[in-house]
Amino acid sequence: MPGSRARPPGVRRWWSFALVAPLLLFLLASFVAPVLMMLSRAVIDRDLERVWPDSAAALRQWDGAGLPPDALAATVSREIGAAARAGTLNQVANRLNYDMVGSRSLLYATARQLAAGRPGSTVSELARIDPRWGQRGIWAAMRHADGPFTRHYLLAALDRRLSADDRIVPVPAEQAVFANIYLRTFKISAIVALLCVALGYPVACLLASLPERKANPLLILVLLPFWTSALVRTAAWAVLLQTDGVVNKALQTIGLIDAPLQLIYNRLGVYIVMTHVLLPFFVLPLYGVMKGIPPTAMRAASSLGAPPVRAFLTVYLPQTLPGVAAGAIIVFTLALGYYVTPALVGGGADQMISASIAFYTNQSLNWGMAAALSLLLLLPLMLMVFAGRTMVRTVPA
Amino acid sequence: MTVAASLVEFRGVGKRYAAGGPAAVADLDLVIERGEFLTLLGPSGSGKTTTLMMLAGFETPSTGEIFLGGASLADRPPYRRNMGVVFQNYALFPHMSVAENVAFPLRVRGIRGSEAARKVADALALVKLDGLGERRPDAMSGGQRQRVALARALVFEPDLVLMDEPLGALDRQLREHLQIEIKRIQRTLGLTIVYVTHDQGEALTMSDRIAVFAGGRVQQVGRPDAIYETPANAFVAAFVGENNMLAGTVMERHDDRCIIRLPGGQIVRATATGAMAAGDSVIAAIRPEHVETGITPPACSNAIEARVEELAYHGDHSRIRAALDGGGSLVIRVPSTADFTAGQRLPVGWCADRCFAFPADDGTAACQKAVA
Repeated sequence: MPGSRARPPGVRRWWSFALVAPLLLFLLASFVAPVLMMLSRAVIDRDLERVWPDSAAALRQWDGAGLPPDALAATVSREIGAAARAGTLNQVANRLNYDMVGSRSLLYATARQLAAGRPGSTVSELARIDPRWGQRGIWAAMRHADGPFTRHYLLAALDRRLSADDRIVPVPAEQAVFANIYLRTFKISAIVALLCVALGYPVACLLASLPERKANPLLILVLLPFWTSALVRTAAWAVLLQTDGVVNKALQTIGLIDAPLQLIYNRLGVYIVMTHVLLPFFVLPLYGVMKGIPPTAMRAASSLGAPPVRAFLTVYLPQTLPGVAAGAIIVFTLALGYYVTPALVGGGADQMISASIAFYTNQSLNWGMAAALSLLLLLPLMLMVFAGRTMVRTVPA
Repeated sequence: MTVAASLVEFRGVGKRYAAGGPAAVADLDLVIERGEFLTLLGPSGSGKTTTLMMLAGFETPSTGEIFLGGASLADRPPYRRNMGVVFQNYALFPHMSVAENVAFPLRVRGIRGSEAARKVADALALVKLDGLGERRPDAMSGGQRQRVALARALVFEPDLVLMDEPLGALDRQLREHLQIEIKRIQRTLGLTIVYVTHDQGEALTMSDRIAVFAGGRVQQVGRPDAIYETPANAFVAAFVGENNMLAGTVMERHDDRCIIRLPGGQIVRATATGAMAAGDSVIAAIRPEHVETGITPPACSNAIEARVEELAYHGDHSRIRAALDGGGSLVIRVPSTADFTAGQRLPVGWCADRCFAFPADDGTAACQKAVA
């Protein structure tokens, strides 16, 4: 054996470190570093600085009160022209448009006018090209984007924005979507976790009480959703739950309902399918904990005078709580990140925050926004895991 | 004390775990007296634990009935039997402190507050764990945990205390120490204890009476000295204490005496136990400490010769393994000062009162199993 008793403790420590180092480095390079780099985009803001270096420097000098000095206007005007010729104006325009809708058209229109020879080296000259240059909005947007850091994305993820005078204000009601989606995400995840507790606890109880020979086949049934691809599983649920599906036909045949129920492509469908997929993650840790409780514990409680319900509540249930907490937290955290399932079996009002993150990552390519939304999802999640750990630790197994 | 009255009675109790399967316990008739320490002794699978579990209510008898104080237990669930059970693995509740564990049976009986606190303190003092009530069970040693389990089984003043190999998981020294403790508590409180063990030494030192189990049946019930000195059959002779089991053939039988011929032609006299007639195969059991040795033939009814094979020193005594002519061997217990050498021929003998002949068919298989 390496690290035998002859080695001094220091050497042994380095030796154990050397053993885990390859995996550690692999994880650092392939997981931790990219995640941190991606998340840092939530606060790093260099789009404008990259294209307009002089303007960015000048914007940082400006105190932001009132309208900017003409020197700043001249620098901006010059760099609008330069960027338009270099074909990079697009990057600045996109960035400013996040802060102030209409900035994009304003910049392109101004670039065309400047190229046509209109003067634009003072604020008032620019305001003659477009009156918006004479208002604070566009200048505030540029100053908010002067880099290298920004609050813009994180505020936007909270349905907030910086006003022209740098106060944090709510975005207009029609743009305020994220708070709603976050609440929905947490609500769906919590309900799915509760459904898993309600459905999984008796199953785990039964499995733990059976001899291994009988428990194993049942365990495979519980694990089945693990091994089925998401598409096959979802298609199966669609067949079962659709308006003229198996469940509705059966209920109608036995006369329980007159008209088919809407069981899928709404919130109910999301709950059903997500609970089905995530149930094993709840049952397995709980099963492990329950297996560790000796059967004599309940016998002892009974011999000491506790009727079955009381023995269950005072002796069995408290000992299973660490397993319930572990399973529920796993289900909850996994559910927070779901977006394929809600997309396939939910309606438009059932999409979760991951769908928004995917949208900003893949379609609008606004990675700052995607990173900010991810960060806001990650923080409560880490809080949950930490709370779960403390909770599990206070109930000794 | 009042005249001992029977507290528990098993009447024709049998248990099969599967219909048509083997009987774990068969035709059990057993009376437990109030205030006695009764040990159910037997090898694993002999039915002793099943018997205890039926008494506690965790198993239901397939046939027969159990009575507690004259009333049938058939429809009484474990939690209404008022019996304290101590398990081998302690079965303490890990999420409760020691005091909470001990208070548990009081709490379910609605006893709270200062009365409960006093009873818990008394019970912990009884098992010498005063002041450890705030500890968690997993912060205690095995011996301490079993003391907690004991306190918890006693605190509600049960009619009966059942112990299922309570000391099986402890090392020898701790086990002997706790044997004495349990006896002290039993005497102090006048408890009725039913104690299950496979350790015959433990059974002999602790019990008022022992019931020896084998193959689901009681082989013998009696005081420890009676079990040891006059075993009822070959199984009991082999399982309780050490015995030399010599195969032989009956030549004559007169009432409780018989004359047996050993394979080497030696003729010995023994006490006949069970049905046997001339010509039957029998097993003669003689304990090592009852074999006499001497240079001159011993002055008792059986005097034969053996050859010393091996001498083992045990401190307070020595053991000789000696071969008999014609097969068979004897273990003989001698004073440690005795001076023998291997290969030496040795006159040995024993009294017919100390030697018991059992029919070979009823015990050979069982005793071989027990000894193995």
